[in-house]
Amino acid sequence: MIRFDYARPSDVAEAVRDGAGDHVAYLAGGTNLIDLMKENVARPLEVVDINRLPLARITDLDDGGLRLGALATNADTAYDERVQARYPLLASAILAGASPQLRNAATNGGNLNQRTRCYYFYDVDTPCNKRVPGQGCGAIGGVNRIHAILGASDRCIATHPSDMCVALAALKAQVQVTGLEGDRAIAFDDYHRLPGDEPWRDNNLKQGELVTAIDLPAEDFSTNYTYLKLRDRLSYAFALVSVAVAMRLEEGRIADVRIALGGVAHKPWRRIEAEEAIKNERPSDTVFDTAASALLAGAVGQGDNSFKIGLAHKAIVRALNQAAAGTPQSQTDKRIR
Amino acid sequence: MNDAVTIDREAAVRVAARPIATLPLSLTINGEARELQVEPWTTLLDLLRDKLDLTGTKKGCDHGQCGACTVLIDGRRINSCLKLAVSVDGAEITTIEGLGQPGELHPLQAAFIEHDAFQCGYCTPGQICSAQGLINEGHAKDRQDVREQMSGNLCRCGAYTNIADAVLEVMEKQA
Repeated sequence: MIRFDYARPSDVAEAVRDGAGDHVAYLAGGTNLIDLMKENVARPLEVVDINRLPLARITDLDDGGLRLGALATNADTAYDERVQARYPLLASAILAGASPQLRNAATNGGNLNQRTRCYYFYDVDTPCNKRVPGQGCGAIGGVNRIHAILGASDRCIATHPSDMCVALAALKAQVQVTGLEGDRAIAFDDYHRLPGDEPWRDNNLKQGELVTAIDLPAEDFSTNYTYLKLRDRLSYAFALVSVAVAMRLEEGRIADVRIALGGVAHKPWRRIEAEEAIKNERPSDTVFDTAASALLAGAVGQGDNSFKIGLAHKAIVRALNQAAAGTPQSQTDKRIR
Repeated sequence: MNDAVTIDREAAVRVAARPIATLPLSLTINGEARELQVEPWTTLLDLLRDKLDLTGTKKGCDHGQCGACTVLIDGRRINSCLKLAVSVDGAEITTIEGLGQPGELHPLQAAFIEHDAFQCGYCTPGQICSAQGLINEGHAKDRQDVREQMSGNLCRCGAYTNIADAVLEVMEKQA
């Protein structure tokens, strides 16, 4: 870790002023940033500790939705009674991730802004376009079991590691941000980005902008949902493939459905056409197979990760069945039914 | 957090060349109020072990992957290797030294001995702090919950079965 200056603002306006310069990092739970600083992957010259900002509350919105403060911890969010009752998909996804210790420290804003766990990004002795623009990508043609099969570029095949964000994509959350130019709301699908020619940009935040909250819409997906996560060990491991499904059934037909994938792309992976293709249909393996094919169209394996294409297809069909049956995946009993 | 990891070398040298400014820090550690001065890059783990000689808390991976450094902050378990000490100013910290003492073991310590829940013992302080955190949280109801909610603590000797027995016994007694 290199030396840095430390600031601890007490209100949001002060934090945004402190965060405006170059080589500044906002510190919340620290579970990813401190690790990146130890590895010399993140080398901020000023750390703005935002833990004193009043952004830790979870509050009801007038339209029936729920606002998750950026500094509410992942644990406080997952175990919040309103989240458990109204957004069990989100609670399930959060509890599928990390460990209790990490969830007690990690915040909602930090979960969005955590960086990839690509081995090459983390190892400063290997090339990485995300870490150093133009340096090349060690993962392409290298060890890439955990890497992307969708939306990758010839510069970067990293994945976004979050479970929480996969559920937030399916729930069509909105991200509230603030900066020197004022406040704005970003639709969840537009928050993270694909690597393209600028793989160092994980998301569409402008420099110095700060996430203040995540808003959940009022829509009810508390009956037909699931978060199915597949990984190399049963707990405390990142997803190889995960699937979040939020579904609404009316008279036995699919009135609304959202499907988001984790572990396969640089952002939670949704395709509206895959969802539209099965609306008004009756749940069946054949119908779900159609959705899986549409969602995975154009998937490309890199060698070590090519298994993910078949695995993701089966996981999507299984998750849609779990959601339709109202039997969401348990995050304690890991048997997949 | 969103930009490339370029570094302004001149600025880095300027920051590094300054005298090291320490920051004041107030913590209550195992019930004792402490007024400290720390460098901002000191982790809570390094503060406990290197400055305060509380070496019960272990450094395993130093990257939040093993749980050996688990301590309780205001009753909640966290990985102390991933916390800057300055960022928890004002908090109440409990380490393994604050849970029990020789001759006056904490129920979890006694249960770990009773159930033979360790071999080398390196992960044990973190396991026990984590188990106390699990009990404080109150979300575990059965053995399967305990296994899942203790998954943040690795034991390379593989004493998991007995660790789960020990935690479950204390949890059920305290319920």
